[in-house]
Amino acid sequence: MNKTKPPISLTPAAHQRTLDGGLVAIQDLVRSCMQCGTCTASCPNAFAMDLAPRQVWRLLLYGLTQEVLQSRTFWLCSACYTCTLRCPRGLPLTAAMAALKRLAAAEGDAVNRKKALFYQEFMRNVEQNGRIQEMGFMCSYFLAMHNPMLPLEYTPLGLKLLGKGKLHLGGGAQRGRLGPLFAKVRSMEERP
Amino acid sequence: MKYAYYPGCSLGTSAEEYDVSTREVLRRLDVELADIPDWTCCGASAAEPVSRLLTLALPARNLALAEREAAGLDMLVPCSACYLNHLRVGRECAADRALPGRINEALGAEGLHYAGKVRVRHLLDVLAADIGPEALAAHASRRLEGLTVAPYYGCQVLRPYALFDDAEHPRSMTPLISALGAQVLDWSMGGRCCGASLMATRRDVALASVAAILEAAAGADVIVTVCPMCQMNLEAYQSQAHHADTISVLYLPQLLGLAFGLSDDQVLLGKNLAVTDALKGKLHACPTAGPERQTTPTGG
Ligand code: SF4
Ligand code: SF4
Repeated sequence: MNKTKPPISLTPAAHQRTLDGGLVAIQDLVRSCMQCGTCTASCPNAFAMDLAPRQVWRLLLYGLTQEVLQSRTFWLCSACYTCTLRCPRGLPLTAAMAALKRLAAAEGDAVNRKKALFYQEFMRNVEQNGRIQEMGFMCSYFLAMHNPMLPLEYTPLGLKLLGKGKLHLGGGAQRGRLGPLFAKVRSMEERP
Repeated sequence: MKYAYYPGCSLGTSAEEYDVSTREVLRRLDVELADIPDWTCCGASAAEPVSRLLTLALPARNLALAEREAAGLDMLVPCSACYLNHLRVGRECAADRALPGRINEALGAEGLHYAGKVRVRHLLDVLAADIGPEALAAHASRRLEGLTVAPYYGCQVLRPYALFDDAEHPRSMTPLISALGAQVLDWSMGGRCCGASLMATRRDVALASVAAILEAAAGADVIVTVCPMCQMNLEAYQSQAHHADTISVLYLPQLLGLAFGLSDDQVLLGKNLAVTDALKGKLHACPTAGPERQTTPTGG
């Protein structure tokens, strides 16, 4: 990861773009953290994280956004809500992890933007088809990732699903149905 | 009993067996389902990392449709991720008074309005609270004696909103499974995360969770799930998780259906990715009890 990049400066416009994912908004979510470590101890994926969740909150409150965005911790959140359930301060920690994903997608480096592609491609498929088309989504995800090994990783599952007659495209009757809603949300989020 | 029904995207494609077994079982329990017309994707777990407004507006669209097309009915949702996405709209609107206005401004693009009138219910909640173990036992024509079942709850059915069970020690499935005559595995992994979409983005990390869950379920004949994502992660990656002996994984309504005397085909057992011959043998050897017996001589 690129450690020499200058710290990200968040303009008010950038806050607006990331909608509730701006640094100050995320700081507000974890402001009363008392550093007890319950979140870290509860997280099923903490073993794979470079920063423990507890450390993420501390760095955020110090304003050390760059350190947080250079870690892979928030991308490893599987939204299990165990930390949110157990935090003695009742903080919405899973929501904070999701907000970090949004912030990293909007303000982060190339590595972060690439990790965000999975979610963006998924939502693009939803926007087009109204209901998620699993096949189409995986294809566009592979294309977007530019990783020739990726389809191979999915081959065993693909073959299993194919054998079970599960890899079909849905009806398509909702195709385009969500276009107006997505467009409206986009215009609302871009509003200064 | 009647509910507005939101199947969600998975149940129309890769989790067809969950949809079919849910409908079959509820029909036999005299529960009527009103399909919500023109429903769309709730955003799954992908909307929140992209847009917070979209995270709420997508499920709010379905809730608005339910309010208009199935007024007065609770919305029944079998997928835990869909359930949480729809449930949280009302919860977050209650906490942030500016939110309903923003959501409705977005829904206005289609002339829809969300008023917050629909109660969102998970299938498990309906089975446990509205239907109950006695009704299940009354409809069972096969006693699942000798079968040990590991109830797997996963995450989002109980967290962050534990509305019908204990989020730390879930047990709402215990009386339902016991009512069928089966043993319930006493384990602590029922609420442990399956890795969810990390299976696509960081497979190594998700596989560690799957391996831990499968290992803990080793004493059971079958794991039952109430979510298509959990089901897929637990059934499709057993060899990658280095789990040598296949363990069967069924949706809860599939197990209920089999106890009701439905055939393997009627609950689409052929669509599951992990069903052992040993489980099929045990199921078919189960004693029958009750009037509506339907025999299905399918070999292992
Ligand atoms: S559990 Fe809550 S209070 Fe404790 S360290 Fe984590 S965020 Fe802070
Ligand atoms: S919600 Fe995310 S950060 Fe919190 S315990 Fe679960 S995986 Fe870890």
